[in-house]
Amino acid sequence: MSDIVLPDRLRDVAEPVRRIRTPARLDYVFMAGKATSRFLNAVAEKRLVGQRCPVCRKVYVPPRGVCPTDGVPTEEEIELPHVGTVTSFCVVNVQFYGQVMELPYVSALILLDGTDIPLMHLIQEVPADQVHMGMRVEAVWVPDEELGPTLESIKYFRPNGEPDADYETYKDNV
Amino acid sequence: MGAERVAVVGIGQTKHDTIFDGSIAGLVRTAAERALADARMTWADIDAVVIGKAPDFFEGVMMPELYLADALGAVGKPMFRVHTAGSVGGSTAIVAQDLIAAGIHKKVLTVAFEKQSESEAMWALSLPIPFQPPMHAGAGGYFAPHIRAYMHRSKAPDHVGILVAVKDRLNACKNPYAHLHEHDITFDSVKDSMMLWDPIRFSETCPSSDGACAMVLTDEAGGDAAAADGRPPAWVHGTAFRSEPTMFAGRDQVNPQGGQDCAADVYRQAGISDPRREIDVVEMYVPFSWFEPMWLENLGFCAEGEGWQLVEAGVTQMDGDLPVNCSGGVLSSNPIGASGMLRFAEAAMQVRGQAGEHQIDGARTALGHAYGGGSQFFAMWIVGAAKP
Repeated sequence: MSDIVLPDRLRDVAEPVRRIRTPARLDYVFMAGKATSRFLNAVAEKRLVGQRCPVCRKVYVPPRGVCPTDGVPTEEEIELPHVGTVTSFCVVNVQFYGQVMELPYVSALILLDGTDIPLMHLIQEVPADQVHMGMRVEAVWVPDEELGPTLESIKYFRPNGEPDADYETYKDNV
Repeated sequence: MGAERVAVVGIGQTKHDTIFDGSIAGLVRTAAERALADARMTWADIDAVVIGKAPDFFEGVMMPELYLADALGAVGKPMFRVHTAGSVGGSTAIVAQDLIAAGIHKKVLTVAFEKQSESEAMWALSLPIPFQPPMHAGAGGYFAPHIRAYMHRSKAPDHVGILVAVKDRLNACKNPYAHLHEHDITFDSVKDSMMLWDPIRFSETCPSSDGACAMVLTDEAGGDAAAADGRPPAWVHGTAFRSEPTMFAGRDQVNPQGGQDCAADVYRQAGISDPRREIDVVEMYVPFSWFEPMWLENLGFCAEGEGWQLVEAGVTQMDGDLPVNCSGGVLSSNPIGASGMLRFAEAAMQVRGQAGEHQIDGARTALGHAYGGGSQFFAMWIVGAAKP
């Protein structure tokens, strides 16, 4: 393990170049597939649809077209209500490169009524320190003219005033 | 396990730091040279190289193994890249050991690294997902809800995460290679640190580190030769890897099935029936302090819901009966891709008796543990001072 010794004439570097910023940009084309296309097209109509596995009967939203547990197509489509339960959440206070959200914000796992897997979305219209597990929330949509095939068509979720859900009703989804 | 016994005869790591003052090639070569020196070998002795790191997105260098082949002496030799997210350092070591266990090679150099000073890891882990709102906030944002669920489920008091953070950071002061040496850390300083991803505080979070780890693994003859030369090897008693999907209905992200299955497999291989009693020291992948009690349960060291009680009772302190992360762990050094291999290497250092100030006297059997992705990849090995 010998150190490399350079000749004197190669040693003199007045100003070492230690770091150069080299930004990279990535643009993706996302092919949604059939199940997610159905979901996103429904969102553009202000509707939420999930799909049920014929074997385990679990309802997935967004639907993935196949049940990851049973490996079979999820063919039965379910129209879902726009309300659910906060199963867990995080209050984000971290600034980072590329971030678009204002701090602090609450990202939550929300189990829509009648589904078996939580989706992640924002909780607003309530102070961050009042958000809690079991809180009942409803979707707040963007104005109709801004609706599109993206979950950003839902601006956020907000408390809907219902009493908290019992832990037993969502304990398998945290 | 294959027929051939596998020994760890050389271990090297860099001083983990905010910035490693050199190139990525220099970083991995430094760790590799130290492992070779520890093994009393030269580059010519090595049959194959197995390298791992976390996503290429981090540093923005696509397939860095291509340009690192010469820095690692791999020209003209087989070289493999492994990728399993945060667990990669562990699974990289497992691939290297498999090449020997299978009788394909006799001496394999394995290396793992991350250079977070050249990375945008938070950005890379927070890419917008096409059908979700842009609200992801790195690993902390992903894991915080699971930690909150654990606290709720186990009724663990809030101070358990603080106790782990203080323990690991003070342990790190005994490890000259650790990134953070916070000699003046206290319970109150952790408690008063900012809530980054509530319920995760700043001081309960791993740092961003530059670092690399390397090991030289050999067949049984190589291990015997090292032992005869007065340099006891660590013998591999079992290795296991498991994965599970990121999302499925009913998935338990607090106590994932993949981790339970991986632990059961590695214990079976090592002939361990009571891990709490039979394992002397553990190096566990704990990037956020609350994962120590969570993984204690997942790894079967106690019943579900009781991990925090072990922490509170001091069981996982260096003077407890199940010391965890004597090196300071991921909480004190997190070169992400290397972090799993550091757990494996630190476990081997303990049974070789070479851990210096953070050595557990008489450690004979050690567990190295790593996890990655959304708690969905698990890599573990058991190493021992005695031959399996």
